[in-house]
Amino acid sequence: MTDMIYPHRHLLGIEGLGPQEITALLDLSDSYVETNRSSDRKLNLLRGKTVINLFYENSTRTRTSFELAGKRLGADVINMSVQASSVAKGETLIDTAMTLNAMHADVLVIRHADSGAAQLLSQKVNCSVINAGDGQHEHPTQALLDALTIRRRKGHLDGLTVAICGDVRHSRVARSNIHLLNVMGANVRLVAPRTLLPGQIDRMGVEVFYNMRQGLKDCDIVMMLRVQNERMAGNFIPSIREYFHFFGLDYEKLSAAKPDALIMHPGPMNRGVEIDSDLADDVERSVIREQVEMGVAVRMACLDVLTRNKAEAK
Amino acid sequence: MSINTPGRVAYTNARLLDPATGLDARGALLTDGEIIIDVGPGLFAGGVPAGIQTIDCDGACLAPGLVDMRVQLREPGEEHKETLLSAGQAAVAGGVTAMVCLPNTDPVIDDVATVEFVARRARKNGLAKVYPYAAATKKLEGKELAEIGMLAEAGALAFTDGTKAIANAQVMRRALAYAATFGLLIVQHAEEPSMASGGVMNEGEMATRLGLSGISPAAEAIMLERDMRLVEITGGRYHAAHIATAEGVEIIRKAKAKGLHVTCDTAPPYFALNELAVGQYRTFAKLSPPLRSEDDRRAVVEGIKDGTIDIIASDHAPQDQDSKRLPFAQAAFGGVGLETLLPITMELYHNGHLSLLKVIERLSWAPAQLLGLSAGRLKAGAAADLVLFDPDKPWKVNPQAFHSKSKNSPFDARPVQGKVLRTVIDGRSVYVHD
Repeated sequence: MTDMIYPHRHLLGIEGLGPQEITALLDLSDSYVETNRSSDRKLNLLRGKTVINLFYENSTRTRTSFELAGKRLGADVINMSVQASSVAKGETLIDTAMTLNAMHADVLVIRHADSGAAQLLSQKVNCSVINAGDGQHEHPTQALLDALTIRRRKGHLDGLTVAICGDVRHSRVARSNIHLLNVMGANVRLVAPRTLLPGQIDRMGVEVFYNMRQGLKDCDIVMMLRVQNERMAGNFIPSIREYFHFFGLDYEKLSAAKPDALIMHPGPMNRGVEIDSDLADDVERSVIREQVEMGVAVRMACLDVLTRNKAEAK
Repeated sequence: MSINTPGRVAYTNARLLDPATGLDARGALLTDGEIIIDVGPGLFAGGVPAGIQTIDCDGACLAPGLVDMRVQLREPGEEHKETLLSAGQAAVAGGVTAMVCLPNTDPVIDDVATVEFVARRARKNGLAKVYPYAAATKKLEGKELAEIGMLAEAGALAFTDGTKAIANAQVMRRALAYAATFGLLIVQHAEEPSMASGGVMNEGEMATRLGLSGISPAAEAIMLERDMRLVEITGGRYHAAHIATAEGVEIIRKAKAKGLHVTCDTAPPYFALNELAVGQYRTFAKLSPPLRSEDDRRAVVEGIKDGTIDIIASDHAPQDQDSKRLPFAQAAFGGVGLETLLPITMELYHNGHLSLLKVIERLSWAPAQLLGLSAGRLKAGAAADLVLFDPDKPWKVNPQAFHSKSKNSPFDARPVQGKVLRTVIDGRSVYVHD
């Protein structure tokens, strides 16, 4: 049996993970990228295991990605979405957890609109819990897939300058990425209007910019965040056109970055709001589709190590 | 009235006042076309060379033209009260070469097109330069942020909801934070609206005797205290307009000592008048904020003296007769001020509170600095926007002689000292006192 490369029962967030753990997860993910690209993609590692996707928020790509990851490893995957479950009938998160627990699942993958939901669930169940996004807190597999994408393109993470741009305030993706990139030795910049930055964000080891050209200057990676429509119309920013004018990524603003800077986006994109449509499709610069591919590999690695840990614990 | 001055013009025998450099000396100034090309005590010591038009200032003060940072233009929307042309004429008669107008027109200045309209219309008449503020919130409703970044690119100097306070604390916080993203300034009418609602004059004995509803001076203090906390948490840039109370001055003084990015202005009525000017229901003394007590007035003077109050602006608010010839409670707020800005402010000089240089600083250099205008100084290369005035000449305010379309001055018939003799914009004499 291999060493416990990831000595935790759950994956609730990036905060608290060390560089060895992250590197090990990325290395394992890398091997799954090759598996996924080969003709024989079906493995039996998780045969007989049950993975339950518990999604309290709409998500197509993350849920599908976890589902595919589980199935490629040979697990039985069950999707529960909020409308179809008894949640709609008033069952609390913990009630649902206890019910699922009684079914002897091996991994629960949870997405929830409230920060801390994954942690709460993890305290109540016997199986492993993967946080697939909780409120404005963390989205660890997204940060891992982003890191994998960068590492495969640039060869390393340390010393890179990464600009995370847009609605940092409401973004769990930003928080997970800030933790991961800092631990791995990258320089993290944030670029956003002040209304979209949370309090004391500068204490999280980042450099803050309010201007795209300054924030993007000489950076290696431009990571765009999605701006949600409910943040528009004068509450945090005046309008879509003003946002795009000052903070939307286009070729002009991108020219401040290094000539080989990569563009990333966690999806789904708002074309013409945070990113110029042509730029998003530019295969020379944009690795947005590659991120989706890496997502499956990363989730396979996470399911693999967590079920492996459980087996060893027994 | 506009006299074309092609080529070079020498202003000789002048008392030069340039607060930016502290220059206060007898000397001369030379303009060429639209700009100043030379200035100083030694200039033309040997006489003006032939071929240069000479204006003998006869010992009068030559200073940078006044920059009035708080003017209500009624165009577009209420042209019967004031137009860009009549305001421009009033401005130059008052020595004002640049005015910054509030966005409370109809339509409100909250989009790029209106900002450009005002700037373009004002350029056409060649009088005082007009710079617009734009609304901080859409339609001045105090709810949703206006397109602050794009409006600034179109030429808006700063952002304000004009005569309305930005009342909602969270909206104000976001306005400050969002504007700070671009290093832009928010200008606040610092009056808690729920406390001012229904009030028509200063709360106190006078209002009680007259049977009028009062506005407590705490309305200013409460809004300022709140705003100082918001400035502190956002790191925003904040300017409080027309400070009128002792407590208001003290709050700004403390905020400055704390190092916050805070400035403020006041207007002549608040250091030259008090609530007694309301007399027997004089609606021309109905201003917003209201004229306060004598103690407040004295505190405002102290604030101007010690620099707590950075700027003096006219707070020009034209109202027609129909808006003022009404029972006091129904009459509109506001007074015209462009043509009395300099002489009333000169009272601070004549009463020994400010030097002449400081008077010009508060009226010209300080507002230009705050708003990022390249105005307010006598410097080679700067636009030739000048005011020539006699600091001592006595006269009596007569609103009927005002160039402004509206005559609602709280200073009607007041004897004053200090007269504008000539106003020069881009090298052209656009006003000459006869």
